Amino acid sequence: MKLFGWMARRGSAPVARDRLKILLAHERTLRGQPDLLALLREEIMAVIGKHVPVEPEKVHVRMDRGQMMSTLAIDIEIPSLASAPA
Amino acid sequence: MAQVLVVTSGKGGVGKTTSTAALGAALAQAGQTVVVVDFDVGLRNLDLVMGAERRVVFDLVNVIQGAAKLQQALIRDKRIDTLWLLPASQTRDKDALTANGVARVIAELKQKFDWVICDSPAGIERGATLAMRHADSAVIVTNPEVSSVRDSDRIIGLLDSKTEKAEKGGRVDKHLLISRYDPGRAARGEMLTINDVLEILSIPLLGVVPESEEVLRASNVGSPVTMCNPSSAAARAYCDAVRRLRGENVPMTIPTDKKRFMEKLFGRRAA
Repeated sequence: MKLFGWMARRGSAPVARDRLKILLAHERTLRGQPDLLALLREEIMAVIGKHVPVEPEKVHVRMDRGQMMSTLAIDIEIPSLASAPA
Repeated sequence: MAQVLVVTSGKGGVGKTTSTAALGAALAQAGQTVVVVDFDVGLRNLDLVMGAERRVVFDLVNVIQGAAKLQQALIRDKRIDTLWLLPASQTRDKDALTANGVARVIAELKQKFDWVICDSPAGIERGATLAMRHADSAVIVTNPEVSSVRDSDRIIGLLDSKTEKAEKGGRVDKHLLISRYDPGRAARGEMLTINDVLEILSIPLLGVVPESEEVLRASNVGSPVTMCNPSSAAARAYCDAVRRLRGENVPMTIPTDKKRFMEKLFGRRAA
């Protein structure tokens, strides 16, 4: 058992190296891409804003990534027509 | 031509401030005029590591806000007269640093000094991005440990995209400084080796600072390790690093495990 314990400890640095290599390969591909949600939020706001006044804090964009399917939920609160400026 | 150098890491506690003090002192000891600038607004510590904590009157934020002139905020080192400190403030206002203000102060410092060394705060927020903003070169301080290496990789990405030089299509020269390296543990496979870290981060190696009691002793007494104990392995690593920064070709000294022979004699469990 002692021998195994020692072997396991000996192995920890290579494990660290391999985990880092895999993780950083993934993180580097994400780098440089603009933040998709922020971009969507901005463009959606611009489109809606052409026709209806929208407040930036009343636009919610949410993305759920799943194994099979991802969903994008957009929730925009617009002022009622009565309170809208003429 | 003045060089602006940022000492950064992403992760906290890896030795940015210690390294800033040691590199700044080593450059000044080599005859250069140097200012070390603390960008860690709210949590300043470079003054303490440099032994100047009781001499702070004005700080970087005062200069940026126009409450003090640069000359009033600069503190001259009592041991080396070409070494100066510009301390951070202790304000909790995280917007105290402005992009324009930092640009103005850095430009003014470049007129007066050979080296402007910016000690970055941890993280990737405003303070860290402003510290690297005007850098010509960067020292990335990394511990041979997974979280530090990951954060260094992230910081390298920021240096390649968010700095003034990068935005103008240029490149910030990046140098890797591995600190708290324990050759014994690396040899036993318990710690990432120098080669592991180099292979993962793929930037040139500036130096390897071994885990050392001397570094703690130096900060205890408020003296950069290159002044406190110039013959220690850590001080020699910093002095060699500085010679490389100045373009000299110095053979790399990788700390070795002096205990290894004894361990072999008495068995590993004695270690």
